[in-house]
Amino acid sequence: MSKLDSKIPEGPIKDKWTNHKNKINVVNPANKRLIDVIVVGTGLAGGSASASLAELGYNVKAFCYQDSPRRAHSIAAQGGINAAKNYQNDGDSTYRLFYDTVKGGDYRAREANVYRLAEVSANIIDQCVAQGVPFARDYGGLLDNRSFGGVLVSRTFYAKGQTGQQLLLGAYSAMSRQIGKGKIKMYNRHEMLDVVIVDGKARGIIARNLVTGEIERHSAHAVVIASGGYGNVFFLSTNAMGSNASAAWKIHKKGAFFANPCYTQIHPTCIPRSGDHQSKLTLMSESLRNDGRIWVPKNMEDVMAIREGKLKPTQIKEEDRDYYLERRYPAFGNLVPRDVASRAAKERCDAGFGVNATGEAVYLDFSSAIMRYGKEKAMIQHETNASDDRIRELGEQVVEAKYGNLFQMYEKITDQNPYKTPMMIYPAVHYTMGGIWVDYNLMTTIPGCYAAGEANFSDHGANRLGASALMQGLADGYFVLPYTIGDYLASDIRTGKISTESPEFEQAEKEVRGQLEQLINIKGTKSVDYFHKRLGKVMWDKVGMARNEKGLKEAMEEIRQIRDEFWKDVRVPGGMDEFNPELEKAGRLADFLELGELFAIDALHRNESCGGHFREESVEEDGEQKGEAKRDDKNFAYVAAWEYKGDPKDAVMHKEELTFNDIELKQRSYK
Amino acid sequence: MNLTLKIWRQKDAKSAGKMETYPISNVSPDSSFLEMLDLLNNELIDKGEDPVAFDHDCREGICGMCSLYINGEAHGPDRGVTTCQLHMRMFKDGDTIYIEPFRSKAFPVIKDLVVDRSSFDRIQHAGGFVSVNTSGNTQDANAIPVPKRDADKAFDAATCIGCGACVATCKNGSAMLYVSAKVSQFAYLPQGRVEATERVLNMVEQMDKEGFGNCTNTGACEVECPKGISLEFIAKMNKEYLKAATCAEK
Ligand SMILES: Cc1cc2nc3c(=O)[nH]c(=O)nc-3n(C[C@H](O)[C@H](O)[C@H](O)COP(=O)(O)OP(=O)(O)OC[C@H]3O[C@@H](n4cnc5c(N)ncnc54)[C@H](O)[C@@H]3O)c2cc1C
Ligand code: SF4
Ligand code: FES
Repeated sequence: MSKLDSKIPEGPIKDKWTNHKNKINVVNPANKRLIDVIVVGTGLAGGSASASLAELGYNVKAFCYQDSPRRAHSIAAQGGINAAKNYQNDGDSTYRLFYDTVKGGDYRAREANVYRLAEVSANIIDQCVAQGVPFARDYGGLLDNRSFGGVLVSRTFYAKGQTGQQLLLGAYSAMSRQIGKGKIKMYNRHEMLDVVIVDGKARGIIARNLVTGEIERHSAHAVVIASGGYGNVFFLSTNAMGSNASAAWKIHKKGAFFANPCYTQIHPTCIPRSGDHQSKLTLMSESLRNDGRIWVPKNMEDVMAIREGKLKPTQIKEEDRDYYLERRYPAFGNLVPRDVASRAAKERCDAGFGVNATGEAVYLDFSSAIMRYGKEKAMIQHETNASDDRIRELGEQVVEAKYGNLFQMYEKITDQNPYKTPMMIYPAVHYTMGGIWVDYNLMTTIPGCYAAGEANFSDHGANRLGASALMQGLADGYFVLPYTIGDYLASDIRTGKISTESPEFEQAEKEVRGQLEQLINIKGTKSVDYFHKRLGKVMWDKVGMARNEKGLKEAMEEIRQIRDEFWKDVRVPGGMDEFNPELEKAGRLADFLELGELFAIDALHRNESCGGHFREESVEEDGEQKGEAKRDDKNFAYVAAWEYKGDPKDAVMHKEELTFNDIELKQRSYK
Repeated sequence: MNLTLKIWRQKDAKSAGKMETYPISNVSPDSSFLEMLDLLNNELIDKGEDPVAFDHDCREGICGMCSLYINGEAHGPDRGVTTCQLHMRMFKDGDTIYIEPFRSKAFPVIKDLVVDRSSFDRIQHAGGFVSVNTSGNTQDANAIPVPKRDADKAFDAATCIGCGACVATCKNGSAMLYVSAKVSQFAYLPQGRVEATERVLNMVEQMDKEGFGNCTNTGACEVECPKGISLEFIAKMNKEYLKAATCAEK
């Protein structure tokens, strides 16, 4: 029997969440005051969870490694957040959002979770508006929507290109209110370095005060991990520099299963790499695909001329351009899901049509949109004889109002004006669908330890649709966890304060100190970045957009090699008892070096292509779908949840079989 | 590019600091300012010296974590960008660049270029929110239409990233631009109006307690603000404050 019990409630999918809420235990308000909850992370998931739990009456201790909870990486999300409001009257519904998400995830997500996500989505928008989140509005004063990839309705709410910022500041304001009231105790510049388990239950954490270096013990009745994704295992990604897997990896080593580590999202529209100095990659929001058209030249001579600087993209005639997404996927065109768009870009570039010096870039072109909007605006303003230049000017104004900050960001980085010449873009690591395995209640395989937001594996299957991560983070934190955690805590009302003097805390602190001392005492010859870049290169070349058996086996070997060298030769300057960013980085990399191996193991075992996981061995050979990724439902319709056994290579896999009762398993077609 | 860096080094809050000189070569003009500092730090580590501590995270101009006073300007010479978005092509080969922390009484130095901005958070705790609980049955998001003009204004104010450049730039060390951005965001929205009086009084009171200076309408903050937060919002806050102070029985 599998050790995994997903705890999906009985009954028809539409009623599961309501029935479950009606049946689960609740803690009465007076008793909530006796209960402490630790929340690691203050992004959309952790921030919303902290605020909601404190509002309910629990004593919350929240942790983040930045200097303020408002700086969690959710702040960087640009494009928008989905919700099945059907304000556009275009046929949207809870079911349609549910269906799109399961299909978009290539049928590798748990139906019941996804349905609940769709069900609470509308409440998220209500909640955020009530908090004063300034979403974009139309002239009638009502909320505006845009479209995102992989769907045929317009359900994405946005605040220019700063949706994540506005939502996070909303959650931060809700937290601020509770911090002011003393219901949340906030620990900024603190990093969780281990979870403490007492009598089989998560009862606290060991954290390091990043300013003083002090190692602290914190106890609680339950621990929530909302520490974000692990995309930085690739070194270069769109994640913040400090984004890390450590909190998730530490609980994994203490008994939390890690699910589908190989499911990574490579986002199609990022600014291409430019050189070795680069420390991160910058996303250009998917919302740009609403208006931008993606193309490369049809003819190789044009490609060469462009690379040599003899030809400008604007000089290439319409008929000499290959709008390859519109050509291959007429139904969805530029709005196919991310995994499909990324592979298509790679396909063109591998065939030699990449448009920059590295051969790894395609165009994202706004000229048609600018003219279209310009004409519309001229009409509205009754400028019937507007010249082309005037139309372009008006169009640029409209585009600026929609995407101004993104265009500015692009120009600052590349020194090119995207209003006048097409943007150059290329896929980059962006999001990790894999993560800590959780049941329907968001509890991990460690009792009392929960995982929320990008840190868990739950809702996006093998590929996440755009604007769904913000939705999931807030759904988890505002509407799911506050209920489900009560079910568990109801049995803890008589427990009393958890002591931090137990041998378990003692032992955990000793281990944490031991590891930090070890890192400092290696006194080797190479910096942390040196090893991180090497790991990133192996991951990108062999465990990146396309994977095969040979490459994955090599990757496993090479990652072990880098890990061995790291532990022999890394140089971490400074000491433990001080502000020491290099020590922080070293600890995070140590965990990435283990996670990277499990990642490759998972990718190797999953001998099918699904969503963001593309195995070169598994491709449709003929028919309409020739060349597209080939899923294998007979053998792989399950979640692979890995149990730690002392070394990544010895990890044991547990299967959670996925059953699809409400959606028919089908080949995903966007043709 | 080859450059000379003059960098503020300070071991911790208690120690005295001083400027140190570091030559650096082979800097790509396409790299960002922080990538240039990464390069320096990796060289320092290779030489067995202590790398320079500085704050940063998103490296795309949105988290507000990066700071730095570069050649006498918060976030350096470029306009409308944070330090992490500043690119080395803004400098010339052979330049000497002075790099200091954001200085203000309310932002004590933690180490080198890293300062403590928790005073900013405490101002938000005093009133930077709408008192609404998570319930799942708030009214429908479209129940109250908000004129697009107001929604856009609220949004413009809400884009403040809390970096502190305005304070570092201000000769008085005033936090008015930062505080006014939050006060204005909520003042423009019907959801925020309900508590407008309490909010502005409480936030201003906390601001004063934290040791920020007074505003003398110099306007330097607006020039250096990476997000283009407008002085208009200070005017808006003054209006809100006056209204609150004269009407409120507090
Ligand atoms: C550039 C970019 C654009 C995006 N745009 C969109 C979009 O338009 N729509 C969409 O739906 N999604 C988008 N996403 C994805 C989405 O933003 C993220 O998946 C989501 O915000 C993650 O939220 P989170 O709360 O799970 O984690 P995060 O916001 O990453 O927060 C993690 C938190 O954990 C803390 N933390 C981490 N480790 C530790 C530790 N060891 N100890 C203490 N604290 C720790 C951090 O301090 C932080 O507070 C985007 C992502 C990126 C990178
Ligand atoms: S007002 Fe501008 S300078 Fe001041 S904190 Fe906000 S973004 Fe930074
Ligand atoms: S590092 Fe986030 S704004 Fe500069």
